[in-house]
Amino acid sequence: MIVEIGHFALILALAVACLQTVLPIVGAHKRWNAWMAVAEPAALIQAGLLAVAFAALTYAFVTSDFSVRLVTANSHTLKPTIYKVSGVWGNHEGSMLLWCFILAFFGALVAVFGGNLPDGLRARVLGVQASIGVAFLSFLIFTSNPFVRLDVPPMNGRDLNPLLQDPGLAFHPPFLYLGYVGLSMSFSFAVAALIEGRVDAAWGRWVRPWTLLAWLTLTVGIALGSWWAYYELGWGGFWFWDPVENASFMPWLISVALLHSAIVVEKREALKSWTLLLAILAFGFSLIGAFIVRSGVLTSVHAFANDPERGVYLLALTGIFMGGALLLFAMRASAIQSVGVFGTVSRESALVLNNVLLAVAALVVFVGTVWPLVAELAFTRKVSVGPPFFDASFTPFFMALAVILPFGAVMPWKRARAGRTVRAVWLAAVCAFGIAAFIWAIGTGQTMLGPVGALLGSWVILGAVADLWARTGQRHSGRLRRAIRLPRSDWGRVVAHAGLGITMIGISLLLAWEVEDIRIAREGEAFHAGRYELTLASVNKVQGPNYHSTMAEVRVARNGREVAVLRPERRIYPVAGVPTTEAAIDNGVFRDVYLVIGDPQDGGGWALRTYIKPFANWIWAGAIIMALGGALSLSDRRFRVAAGARRQTMHVAAK
Amino acid sequence: MIFRTVLLLFLAGTAWAVEPDEVLDDAALESRAREISKGLRCMICRNESIDESDAALARDLRLLVRERIANGESDEEVVAFVVERYGEYVLLNPRRDGINLVLWAAAPILLLAGLVAAGTFLVRRRRSAKPDALTAVEKARLAELMDE
Repeated sequence: MIVEIGHFALILALAVACLQTVLPIVGAHKRWNAWMAVAEPAALIQAGLLAVAFAALTYAFVTSDFSVRLVTANSHTLKPTIYKVSGVWGNHEGSMLLWCFILAFFGALVAVFGGNLPDGLRARVLGVQASIGVAFLSFLIFTSNPFVRLDVPPMNGRDLNPLLQDPGLAFHPPFLYLGYVGLSMSFSFAVAALIEGRVDAAWGRWVRPWTLLAWLTLTVGIALGSWWAYYELGWGGFWFWDPVENASFMPWLISVALLHSAIVVEKREALKSWTLLLAILAFGFSLIGAFIVRSGVLTSVHAFANDPERGVYLLALTGIFMGGALLLFAMRASAIQSVGVFGTVSRESALVLNNVLLAVAALVVFVGTVWPLVAELAFTRKVSVGPPFFDASFTPFFMALAVILPFGAVMPWKRARAGRTVRAVWLAAVCAFGIAAFIWAIGTGQTMLGPVGALLGSWVILGAVADLWARTGQRHSGRLRRAIRLPRSDWGRVVAHAGLGITMIGISLLLAWEVEDIRIAREGEAFHAGRYELTLASVNKVQGPNYHSTMAEVRVARNGREVAVLRPERRIYPVAGVPTTEAAIDNGVFRDVYLVIGDPQDGGGWALRTYIKPFANWIWAGAIIMALGGALSLSDRRFRVAAGARRQTMHVAAK
Repeated sequence: MIFRTVLLLFLAGTAWAVEPDEVLDDAALESRAREISKGLRCMICRNESIDESDAALARDLRLLVRERIANGESDEEVVAFVVERYGEYVLLNPRRDGINLVLWAAAPILLLAGLVAAGTFLVRRRRSAKPDALTAVEKARLAELMDE
């Protein structure tokens, strides 16, 4: 019964979304206030209905209702409750329902917090947002309905893929979707602005928090996925340039560009049409990502040809929204005039360069991702494009970005002086070179990757400190007080930039200094890996809630002193019939000790792999710090003041 | 990433990437073998090199690479042999020839185009950066203010 309520709510949500698309947009065009006023309640109702649908599906999973086909295919009674819940979005249908729910949720947020928006703009934004909802809801209902029942329910389910039964991966998709779908908000604002033919500083201020929110959740989502790959896949890789990863990375790159160009619109009323284009493209890449992931076209052209329904629908959907928005852009962009003027050496110019580098980097990733498909279909040449290509083609862009970042951050708007800019950051540069020299000295004979990465990373971090220093004026007395009183957006910028530097240091030092040891070890045997002494103490059979495990106990010591006892496992999930490795990791600030146990060997003993991974945690710590910077910026007073203005008007209206 | 794990499901044997019994005794030869392995695709996996893969086929290829290295072949000869056997698809680092040149040229060309576009934009802005002359209404208003 509850499942049917969910099903009904889903269909009703589609009907509401249809109304929410047509009435407000027509109303805004004709200036009919009553029609425009439909937008807000409709947005709230649509989100409410989808919340009901989502809750109903979750209920079916938690209570293991195997008469629902989706539950049978992806759940099992013995599974821990948290993974029953995460099983809701651990499959195609459920994840698309989550996608639709988030889409409507963002619409509802605009209805609640958008009181300061002009009526026409708000109605149009919600209308455009609802049109995306119509497209995805009909995709969900007609091609991948999660509520379909089975005629004969089985006694138990087929279990969720054991690799997905993991806290890192349980929360990776929701964050990723918040990010993907969050970018639909910027898209809706851009299309609404194009329909109105008006973009001003206020528009820049309204669109920025939504972009920030989408970007920061996307950052967290990507970091979670990368961290999961690191500890779960059994050899500590953290980024593979896999098409599915690239699908999330392209919108991330474009949203970073959008964040920066929207500042220029807000502060200086320049780069307006470029910002609109980025807002359209950011969501466009989200749609392309959804197409790549959901259609499986890049995994195998044949799998796609065998079951083309979903892929074709998503491709058409991407084509319609991108084609329509870009056409609108081509027709209306000339009407949008930028008024702010600026010199060639200025913060605006630095941000233009930032945007060029980020946008081109995203395009390069795109070209590399789709190239195997293009080469096969158009030139009948079957090629692979793997990490070597992306490393070579993509890395220079981020190196260039790192070089210009601290300069750009300390430049003033409008017109900057080169001399003054250099004076603000020279000390940071000197220190960064010092750190790089130190890294080079202790890593003698190894690649230049370590020193160069450390140079750029510390330059970005110290540049952020220099930025903070410059922002707090010339006098030393009271600097701390002034620093605390700086706007949160200044702090957000400094923190996010420093996070980027931390990630860069983590990636380069990990790749430069990693130590690997592969061996056969017998119980009681001791060996060395890097500067650590390890002893395989014992190997035991252990029974888990829904798996059998072979668990080793390894003592890790350094200079004769025990540092950690690690228990790597091999698990077998009997229901799905799948083995997984559970690496044991001793996390540290400067290194991880990473252990994986393999097969028992014919002559006795076990295959054992040990990795010493220097600075590994810096990669994700940096990403989380970037997201934290985004959150700080999001809490800036100017966004809250706008919210306060709304409360005031409501108060007046209540009188 | 989810898809790669789904694929792992079907492929997961009992092996996990490079096994201790595969490792060559000569460290220099072994590190060459590792470098070559990182550039060769596991044919039945999704975007994994044979160095990372757990599939039995990847293990066979790893052993093949090591065998040929131990026989004194150069890196290029080993790779050429594998490509001849499995086709160009096996190379994770696409060759720089024919239509693939478009792929390799994409980054520099796009960057150049982006910089030229941005440069033109900045120069044109600078030219139009001179403030517009006052309109007649503004001039009148200014005169009015100056008189006060």
